[in-house]
Amino acid sequence: MSWYLTLPLIIPFMAAIIAYLLRSSPLGAWVSIIGSGLGLIASVVLMAVVLDAGVVAGQMGNWPAPFGITLVADLLSAVMVLITAITGFAVAIYALGDINERQAKLGYHALFQILLAGVTGAFLTGDLFNLYVWFEVMLIASFGLLILNGGKEQIDGGVKYVALNLISTILFLTGIGLLYGMTGTLNFADLALKVDEVENQGLLTVVAMMFMVAFGVKAAVFPLFFWLPAAYHTPSFSVSAVFAGLLTKVGVYALIRMFTMVFDHDIGFTHTVLLWVACFTMVIGVLGAAAQSDFRKILSFHIISQIGYMILGLALMTPLALVGAVFYLVHHIIVKANLFLIAGIAKRLTGGTEVYQIGGLYKSAPFLAVLFLIPAFSLAGFPPLSGFWAKYIIVKATLDLEMWFVAFIALAVGLMTIYSMTKIWAEAFWKPHPDGIEPELKTLPNKAAQIIPVAGLAILTIIIGLNPEPFVIFAERTTEQLLDPTAYITAVLGDPS
Amino acid sequence: MNSVILVAGARLQAVLLLVFSAYMMLRGHNAPGGGFIGGLIAATAFVVYAIACGTEDARKALRFDPGSIAGAGLGIALIAGIMAAFWGDALFTGQWLFIGATEDSKGIPLSTVLVFDIGVYLVVLGAILSITFALEDAV
Repeated sequence: MSWYLTLPLIIPFMAAIIAYLLRSSPLGAWVSIIGSGLGLIASVVLMAVVLDAGVVAGQMGNWPAPFGITLVADLLSAVMVLITAITGFAVAIYALGDINERQAKLGYHALFQILLAGVTGAFLTGDLFNLYVWFEVMLIASFGLLILNGGKEQIDGGVKYVALNLISTILFLTGIGLLYGMTGTLNFADLALKVDEVENQGLLTVVAMMFMVAFGVKAAVFPLFFWLPAAYHTPSFSVSAVFAGLLTKVGVYALIRMFTMVFDHDIGFTHTVLLWVACFTMVIGVLGAAAQSDFRKILSFHIISQIGYMILGLALMTPLALVGAVFYLVHHIIVKANLFLIAGIAKRLTGGTEVYQIGGLYKSAPFLAVLFLIPAFSLAGFPPLSGFWAKYIIVKATLDLEMWFVAFIALAVGLMTIYSMTKIWAEAFWKPHPDGIEPELKTLPNKAAQIIPVAGLAILTIIIGLNPEPFVIFAERTTEQLLDPTAYITAVLGDPS
Repeated sequence: MNSVILVAGARLQAVLLLVFSAYMMLRGHNAPGGGFIGGLIAATAFVVYAIACGTEDARKALRFDPGSIAGAGLGIALIAGIMAAFWGDALFTGQWLFIGATEDSKGIPLSTVLVFDIGVYLVVLGAILSITFALEDAV
């Protein structure tokens, strides 16, 4: 029995149920924290098992693959599950200081746990249809979380979010139907084998493009990103932190999974499209960020621009570029979730998120300023923080391919990122508060609950930054598995011989 | 709405629908039906009751908060899935117990699949009712 595969899924569901039944009592928040803590332990165990065994697979209900429900964890899945659990744990603690009684009563903690379960499920599933199911679980939970505050702005953001995600879902389902019609299977491992036998390779490319659009909406790439900045600045800060950290990355994960293992029949076409998409995503995202003045809107546009780097890694499809994409994925989740959590603390201290209307944080709360600098510099790619290595690997991969122009774009976008980070720094931290408020960290309610997760994630960023070697080696092993899915296929379908 | 005929009719209908929903759920194992359909029919019973007598009375008749019913249902379904592990099988593998089985008859077959179905029944009942009650309240 593969407990280690199923526990990362069962624990959040259990926590969600208990938290929902206890939603009127303050215990609900603690159930969420304990659940996320146990989930973190379970995903560490899963990681240890996968590091040891390579790929592990389990068949739910004992129906053999490719017919039953398969859960698979290779290194990419395992690391994504682990990073989801880390972010989930940090945000669950942060919620103590962020989520009010009314939101808790409406079931915030239960929805949050279901969201974590949905994200984890999407990373662990071994077939396309269940990927769709987990997307739906995520979508329902995230819609609930988005509109929990019930304000006009939230509903507006929520409706845009759901409308676009439903379009993506329809495309996704249509693609699944067509692919099933062509190959007779939806199991990733089985698909990897059967797509080569499809007679009409042109049609396969069409289906591949449908998946690209469907996952592209989830990942918020150019030109399908506009739901993201419309929605991410409206909900509670805990909610936007998990959204920013995890949701778009599920789309990126799905793209990486499908376009390395399954749709590698016409790289010349599909990956060239991805390359252009990546460049536009990077540039448009960072330009959008430069035009914004709301703390969270700036960060939201940055998500888009950073997604571009990950897609770029996938588009180049060389081992080094994929290493960069995997490294970037992990680094970005930690950093981005952290920045949104900091935005929450800044809002509570200064009373707003509009950077021109707040200020004085550097003088009155220098510790917070340090905590902001770490992820902000990391995002912009300052050595020796984690973002530097992520960008370095991607740029190195473009230079190896002698794609000078793409390398130039990647570097220029990095520079622009610094520009808008400086804007937050100069306005929110450096300049005195226009109303003369001197916000001190002492005044923060539930201070420890808000500072500890932020500090923890910042320390993680520094650890990756100062000691990138094991992480790069790990990313290299992950890439090997992606480019040569033999181990994956054997783990799921058994030995073909 | 205040109609004596509707109230009297709704009470009768609600009872019949609830019995029918239980029948549908149990029947679902080998024939059309099951937890989802059963849950929908049971929800209809309370919706009819709510239209005739108001949501307050319907909530009282339900006794539990519909959201909690859905939560408990999800829990039951999950436990039904985990139970397979006690027999050393993969999660969500159906486990069977044949009560009074002899050589030529299978007796009364009981399974974790039925427990799962009861969970689904409660989830559907709870979810539909929390939505419709909220809508009825708003009207």
